[in-house]
Amino acid sequence: MSKTAPNLTPEQLESFGEELDALCARVTADLGQRDADYINKVIRAQRGLEVAGRALLFVSFLPPAWLAGTAALSVSKILDNMEIGHNVMHGQYDWMNDARLNGKTFEWDTACPADQWRHSHNYMHHTYTNIVGKDRDIGYGILRMSEDERWRPYYLGNPLYAALLAIFFQYGVALHDLETEQIAAGKASLRDKRGMMKDIWGKVRGQTLKDYVLFPLLSGPSFPLVLAGNATANLARNLWSFTIIFCGHFPDGTHEFTEEEAENETRGEWYYRQLLGSANLTGGKLFHVMAGNLSYQIEHHLFPGIPAHRYTEISKEVREITERYGIPYNTGPLHKQFGSVVRKIVKLAIPPLPGRGSGPDAAKPPAGRERAEERQLLATA
Amino acid sequence: MELVRPLLVKREVRAEVTTMRQQTDKSVTLTLRPNKNWQGLRAGQFVNLSVEIEGVRETRPYSPAGSEHAAGHALELTISTHPEGKVSRYLRERARPGMIVGLSEAQGEFVLPAQRAQRVLLISGGSGVTPVMAMLRTLCEEGHAGEIGFLNYARSPELALYDAELNALAEGHKNLHVARGFTRASAGAGSPGDPRLGDSRLKGRFDREHARAVMSEYGEAATFVCGPPALIEAVRAVWREDGLQEPTVETFTPPAPHFNALQFDKEQATGMVSFAASGREAANSGLPLLEQAEDAGLTPEHGCRMGICNTCSCRKRSGTVRNVITGEYSSAGDEQIRICVSVPVGDVALEL
Repeated sequence: MSKTAPNLTPEQLESFGEELDALCARVTADLGQRDADYINKVIRAQRGLEVAGRALLFVSFLPPAWLAGTAALSVSKILDNMEIGHNVMHGQYDWMNDARLNGKTFEWDTACPADQWRHSHNYMHHTYTNIVGKDRDIGYGILRMSEDERWRPYYLGNPLYAALLAIFFQYGVALHDLETEQIAAGKASLRDKRGMMKDIWGKVRGQTLKDYVLFPLLSGPSFPLVLAGNATANLARNLWSFTIIFCGHFPDGTHEFTEEEAENETRGEWYYRQLLGSANLTGGKLFHVMAGNLSYQIEHHLFPGIPAHRYTEISKEVREITERYGIPYNTGPLHKQFGSVVRKIVKLAIPPLPGRGSGPDAAKPPAGRERAEERQLLATA
Repeated sequence: MELVRPLLVKREVRAEVTTMRQQTDKSVTLTLRPNKNWQGLRAGQFVNLSVEIEGVRETRPYSPAGSEHAAGHALELTISTHPEGKVSRYLRERARPGMIVGLSEAQGEFVLPAQRAQRVLLISGGSGVTPVMAMLRTLCEEGHAGEIGFLNYARSPELALYDAELNALAEGHKNLHVARGFTRASAGAGSPGDPRLGDSRLKGRFDREHARAVMSEYGEAATFVCGPPALIEAVRAVWREDGLQEPTVETFTPPAPHFNALQFDKEQATGMVSFAASGREAANSGLPLLEQAEDAGLTPEHGCRMGICNTCSCRKRSGTVRNVITGEYSSAGDEQIRICVSVPVGDVALEL
């Protein structure tokens, strides 16, 4: 946490929020054919890759076919989960009125039931971003990712848990909304979670049958090769999505917040928290598509409802606005950002040195106006 | 893929446009050939037609005007264009044979009863002619023996729909009496006896004499009225005075005008908010719909209450809303909206 944020006056924060609202309104009004064409193109590519990948794996007794098939299936799953699934489920394409792309009903090719994702991610993570104790994306209830979390001997395993989480990421995500650490701590009972566990089990079973039983069986003699190809594709997707997602909020310079800091925040302060808590990745066009444009984590957290392929062009304006207000804009190449995440995982495994404060050095947004007043503002704006 | 994304292989009704003609300057008439998923319709029902315009799937209800016995389930739609009507203008300008459109199954209770009445009186105004045209064609095709009266209003002869078809039907069916009224002051008065419609031309707006002109014993007929609210009200008033049973009616509201000039203000809130699934209704208070739903005693699913998380996203069946974050006005049709940041502009119906 090297960067410090300037202290803005409430008036400055308000006009900062208004500028971002205006940007959001301008882009929303401009949505149309171009955006529909884009997402349809990505969906066609994903489906083409999936069909091609599974077909190639059927003839995977030829080694090049196994490699190509596994690669195609990996890319297909990554596109399905990130550029399509994650973004569609935010409701980014609801305006198209296309039943296939409805954010409330979309289902994706991974172990996590979409409805649970919509709750843990769209609501909890996006509303309470980086608030320690509320945003469970900070460490997934498994890792220590913030100095604000008290160290326990359990956290000596931080790097090991992180590696396991990366490998089995889809199952980590699937269990995310269950809040297993609450159950372990005795704060929630298994019985309350029975419905959720049934849904997770249903989804995991369906996915397992599809990738590890049905398609391998269909291929007959290629059974073990298809199974290995599907497992590799799932692993590749897990590692890639873990890497991109962990670069969203944990690189050096991102801030965490306490519940008190975020209490009664105004719209401008909410935007400010999103900015301080998120980090971008630099890269080429293909990289951003494969990252589901989550490489523009800052823009995504400011405007989660705007189609993600627009973030590239929006980022120029966001950057210009943040520079004018003197707010840090955290971005860097993947190796640098991910390197700092790995360092943080290792560093937080070790107990804090005595004498060195373990408190956050996050800039505190100024105390906000009443929430009710804000709601009033929304209603009459 | 079906295992993980059932929505992608959903059975859909679609139709191909087979013919296109323009009866008037402000309408377009299409015939559609629906695919195998189409279940057919009863005369007077409507369908929701969907087309993609600038990346957005727009859906509007239209009542087919053809007989319910039409060969091959062909559908005929006559769509009147409005200056604000995005879909109607698009169809008039762009619909061509070969174009594919989405359809819903037929819906609506405005239908001829299976047991046909002896006397049938059909009254319509403007584009409301289409469902009663379907009823008339169905009855004629069935060789209906009883008396049929057909009364239709248009602003002027230039805007009147189905002239030739009505003349042909009237010639072939002696039990059918057709009359037309033109409501624009200059249109009706001067020249009685339009060459196309003989002496069947009426002056002004609906009254008892107009009903008598097509059916002297109108009180004994099964009556169907489709048109703007003013016409419906005029017919109902006469029926009430005569102590008759309520006619069967269907009305439509014209597309919402542009509201951009209006600065939104709670004091200016108008209209009713209806929650279709729960059957509740309340006057629009000018607050976001989520709060209005809660005030009406409902507990809709919600999250951030600031337009971010999409948890409260809900289907709007009809009406216009304004997004308080972007200031954008929605279209009037069926679509998904975030109710925590949507304020109704006039009447709105939600699936809650």
